[in-house]
Amino acid sequence: MDSVLRAENISKSFGPNEVLSGISIDLKPGEVHAVIGENGAGKSTLMRILSGHIAPSKGNLHFQGQPITFSGPVDAENHGIVLVHQEILLAPDLTVAQNLFLGREIKRFGFVDDRTMRERTRGILAELGTRIDPDIEVRRLSIADRQLVQIARALLVPHKLVAFDEPTAVLTPIEAESLFAIIRKLREHGVAVLYISHRLNEVKAIADRVTVLRDGRHITTRDMEGLEPLEMARLMVGRDMSKLYPDKPATASDQVILTVSDMAVPDYVENASFTLKRGEILGFGGLIGAGRTELFEAIVGLRSGHGTVTLDGKSVHFRDAREAMAAGIVYLSEDRKGKGLLLQQNLRVNLSLAALDKFTRGSFIDVGAEEKALDGAIKDFDIRTRARDLLAGQLSGGNQQKLLLAKMMLLNPRIIIIDEPTRGVDIGTKEQIYRFIAGLAENGLSVIVISSEMQELIGLCHRVVVMRNGRIAGEVPQADLSEDSIVYLATGVHEERAAEIAAGHA
Amino acid sequence: MTETVLRTGAEKRKFNIDMRALSPFIALIALAIAGALINPDFLTASNLLNVVTRSAFIAIIAVGATFVIAGGGLDLSVGSMAALTAGVMILTLNSLGAGDMGTLALGMLAAIALSAACGLANGLIVTFGRIEPFIVTLGTMGIYRSLVIWLAAGGTITMRNFELRELYRPVYFGSVFGIPVPIIAFLVVAAIGALILYRTSFGRHVVALGSNEDVARYSGVPIWRVRTLTYIIQGICVGIAVLVYVPRLGSATPTTGLLWELQAITAVVIGGTALKGGVGRIWGTVVGAIILELVANIMVLSNFVSEFLVGAVQGAIIIIAMLLQRSVHRGR
Repeated sequence: MDSVLRAENISKSFGPNEVLSGISIDLKPGEVHAVIGENGAGKSTLMRILSGHIAPSKGNLHFQGQPITFSGPVDAENHGIVLVHQEILLAPDLTVAQNLFLGREIKRFGFVDDRTMRERTRGILAELGTRIDPDIEVRRLSIADRQLVQIARALLVPHKLVAFDEPTAVLTPIEAESLFAIIRKLREHGVAVLYISHRLNEVKAIADRVTVLRDGRHITTRDMEGLEPLEMARLMVGRDMSKLYPDKPATASDQVILTVSDMAVPDYVENASFTLKRGEILGFGGLIGAGRTELFEAIVGLRSGHGTVTLDGKSVHFRDAREAMAAGIVYLSEDRKGKGLLLQQNLRVNLSLAALDKFTRGSFIDVGAEEKALDGAIKDFDIRTRARDLLAGQLSGGNQQKLLLAKMMLLNPRIIIIDEPTRGVDIGTKEQIYRFIAGLAENGLSVIVISSEMQELIGLCHRVVVMRNGRIAGEVPQADLSEDSIVYLATGVHEERAAEIAAGHA
Repeated sequence: MTETVLRTGAEKRKFNIDMRALSPFIALIALAIAGALINPDFLTASNLLNVVTRSAFIAIIAVGATFVIAGGGLDLSVGSMAALTAGVMILTLNSLGAGDMGTLALGMLAAIALSAACGLANGLIVTFGRIEPFIVTLGTMGIYRSLVIWLAAGGTITMRNFELRELYRPVYFGSVFGIPVPIIAFLVVAAIGALILYRTSFGRHVVALGSNEDVARYSGVPIWRVRTLTYIIQGICVGIAVLVYVPRLGSATPTTGLLWELQAITAVVIGGTALKGGVGRIWGTVVGAIILELVANIMVLSNFVSEFLVGAVQGAIIIIAMLLQRSVHRGR
């Protein structure tokens, strides 16, 4: 069949730097085509070219066999090429229906026709298999529902090609399953789907063909049939990735260092209790919104909550992060850009911010000592930066995470709580972060890893506590660690059942 | 992909940041040249010293405003606070009655204490009341202003002791090695301000707070204390400005310090400090205050525009400065 959109030898340069070179890809109707690659491989640039946001420097696009040049995203949309953005781009105070028709309101006698828009919204949401109320304000929806609204908004225009950019980043497994059901439905209707992700398991589950990019180059395009995630990872990184997780350090002792009992956070967590041992990597699993982040924010004094926290046998109560840090507990937020780093400040200022006392001589900051610490951090944490005076916001996600780790490690903590350590991090950096975490435990420190990636919890942790709906649902010891045991505790159902529930067969 | 894009971005940004820091100085030089062309009297030492002296009050207040704004806050009450402080200081001096150095020192102490307390009030309400600083200081602006009107019973509060006036006079009219005392005062305040903002951990915390409050909180920065302190520093700066201002006229009226908040904020913005916080430029602020006074001076010396329109021109300057900042920012 004729391809919907075909790119021939596309190259893109920004100034003297070529970020894509000679990429060819063709997107066929009724096919899910995945594009994978590490952060910085050129996935998003390619997608922005295909959806008309930027023009290629070299090469041609063919739309249904005819050469075409898009004047912009609106032009591409008029041809039926729509993009579902990774970030949620909705107005939180408007209703679902108002958001869906924002900028393309249906009018009647010059006034907006709310009733028609509401009906059409209801229809399209039903088609997506959801029953979100068209009149509810978007800010009252869960992240997953917001994403559905965003998809609905994209599908509102007649579409021949739908591009998804990392759509499952914020979704739980059940929600991801229903998204896949939507994608399959699109495929059945003969729509071409472009699917960008770095989660290889789901690429394996949903895609028919996969194109691998590395450093802006086209590595290969293959049928999904017979291609395993491990092989995809190898193609992406260019080396063998079978050893993503380091050996679990055998340093976990029986010495309990932290005990939390009956912790409650209003609206989020109810009587949560757990213990942490010296030299242990303790995982916290569960769905997004299960209350894991809130629990730990309350423990380190970033949020109000009540309960007993015992550190080294002594009861403690932290009123703010500063007190927790003084006691040797650091928390690395999952929201690196919003709560972890000052994106508009340089690396030096970011690195020393939490441990600034260590860099003051008399009343003044010793910039020389800060520079030295930055040299050390760049070396120890392998922070890849072209210039030392770069702003933190200009680093890639992986390097930001390394900088955040370096910043918190300057406090010499004994307990390190890392929330989603590898979110938005490419696979090469992931491996480094895992090794670093294991190294901390080897040195007798205790680490708590909060993660929504089950493979990560299984591969990294000695023990995994699972939360569901603000309560601790149970604990999985090392010997029993498996996706199914975690999913069961996180959702109350076994994994195969989860897929069935999502598919509506329950 | 991201890497290469950023490389070019970084080079460009470096250039632009330099532009941003330099632009107030360039504007100052351009204005000086324009002034010299318009009127030969402009470039005389006495005129220039006069201009800088007159800018001292605003410059000193604006140094404090740089802290508040760099920390992500705003203080609209400085003009009213100056009037109240001046009024109370004069009333204190009058009630003490004597004309000696000790009395003067006590009066000065009272002025600084009051202005610091006013700043503390602003800071505590903003911090613990969790109210927008714009609203809080709009409220205290009204309160401080009407307190001074009430104290003056709608009239003028004047220093009564002639001896004391003579003793106090040199603080505005005197000079050391040919440099007027107000200029020395404002250079000292600016130097101390720069030292605190750029070299201490408190200064670093102010910038962090203005950059992103959440990041500051998650990094263990004591945000309540830092934020309140910025308002106290603002108050103390207002107090110092009042110390230099009172000997000039020896009185305080309900219109003392009117629209000083506008001028102080204008000076800060012209100086390149970001109004949304996260960037603070003390020396830019100083130059900004001088530019404002320079514009007024040039308008008086030339005959192009009525000097009654000085306020309009200064208002236009803040808007133009913001537009320029925006375009430099976009150019990144």
